[in-house]
Amino acid sequence: MSCFLSNSSLGKKLVMSVTGCFLVLFILFHMSMNVTAIISPEGYNAICEFLGANWYALAGTVVLAAGVLIHFIYAIILTLRNYKARGSQRYAVTVQEEGVAWASKNMLVLGFIVLAGLLLHLFNFWSKMQLVEIMGQHTNSLGYSPADGAALIRYTFSQWYYVVIYLVWFAALWFHLTHGVWSMFQSVGWANDTWYPRLKCIANIVATIIFLGFAAVVLVYFFCPCIAGAC
Amino acid sequence: MNFTLKIWRQKDAKSKGAFETYKVENISADTSFLEMLDILNNDLVHQGKEPVAFDHDCREGICGMCSLHIDGQAHGPSKGATTCQIYMRKFKDGATITIEPWRSAAFPVIKDLVVNRSAYDQILQAGGFISVRTNSVPDANAIPIPKKDADESMDAAACIGCGACAATCKNGSAMLFVAARVSSLAKLPQGRVEATRRAKAMVAKMDELGFGNCTNTGACQAECPKQISITHIARLNREFLSAKFKD
Repeated sequence: MSCFLSNSSLGKKLVMSVTGCFLVLFILFHMSMNVTAIISPEGYNAICEFLGANWYALAGTVVLAAGVLIHFIYAIILTLRNYKARGSQRYAVTVQEEGVAWASKNMLVLGFIVLAGLLLHLFNFWSKMQLVEIMGQHTNSLGYSPADGAALIRYTFSQWYYVVIYLVWFAALWFHLTHGVWSMFQSVGWANDTWYPRLKCIANIVATIIFLGFAAVVLVYFFCPCIAGAC
Repeated sequence: MNFTLKIWRQKDAKSKGAFETYKVENISADTSFLEMLDILNNDLVHQGKEPVAFDHDCREGICGMCSLHIDGQAHGPSKGATTCQIYMRKFKDGATITIEPWRSAAFPVIKDLVVNRSAYDQILQAGGFISVRTNSVPDANAIPIPKKDADESMDAAACIGCGACAATCKNGSAMLFVAARVSSLAKLPQGRVEATRRAKAMVAKMDELGFGNCTNTGACQAECPKQISITHIARLNREFLSAKFKD
């Protein structure tokens, strides 16, 4: 079985589908946590305190990193193979086929933007929160407690360029998910003509909920930090 | 009607090809696309030039022999039609039409617009059949088949193996072709017996021949002259994965 997951085209797509599903579920969970920061910064900090560098949070981080890494490596392997299969001679004239979503043809580029955003996000938040606790320190480079997530959000999104970069990142994630979410069902065979419109609708809803949830936190903290109790 | 044709010319598989421009004039609007090419070739022969090589056979959309990527679309601008089924009235008078061969690593160009599609034959030989002892013709109603299954099987069996799916796919994937064959047989009791073995063998051959991976863009079903749905790809995924998990 390990063989077909790495050798067969359909096996590799199964890996993309399963890791993608896991990452979508994580993002939904992360977005739900973030929204708490609008409703109650204290509540958000309580979540940060609860997770911190406890064993379950560390185990989760390791599994999550593995998920991202596998999804990324398989995407590269699949794309290289696809590039080769397309051949060296390309069409002189091409058109956008009817019913083909732009995102579906640009998943790798969108994936790279998502990954770049993730690296920036790790620098902005993870390195000043969980990493600080792992290192056994009690304050991060900004002088905050590593569990004071709300302060970190306030500090980061008081800078307009981070607001812009994060919104671009969320937009790329939105496009990536509008194709990825329904596609993961197709790759495992749980789809048919009746369900395509439904699955695509679900994918758009999930992607939009995730986008709005993340974007709301950024925008609220930038435009009206008072609502978030940060005055 | 008058047209300017930009046609891919390539002497043989090893030569480097290039576009050449031709003019065709006084073409009736009801001329088929292939007849228009016949007229061009007739002119070229009269001028002592090499005619353009292109694949064709039945010219009624059922053999799967004609190909051609016309103005960026496999089988040209008509939906659900092969190249032989499109007519010059589909194009604007005076238009420049770009005609290219299928572009896919698994379909190398043999000459001009002709590509080698034997990779599809090899995939079929790997499992696109049912194993039965030949004998007298069985009674047509001996095995009852639900209408829904028969319809789905027939929809998949409409595949003519023209190669438009792999030629259109940005990944050079043959999934729609393989899925149509696997699906059409798996939906019938006669083909169900070997369904798992067939799915595994055909996917293995498809991978071996260098076709790409499906990324679910749906471009194949948009350009398929028989409008075969990617629902069959979902069935192939199911058949293949359940077979592998049973191993």
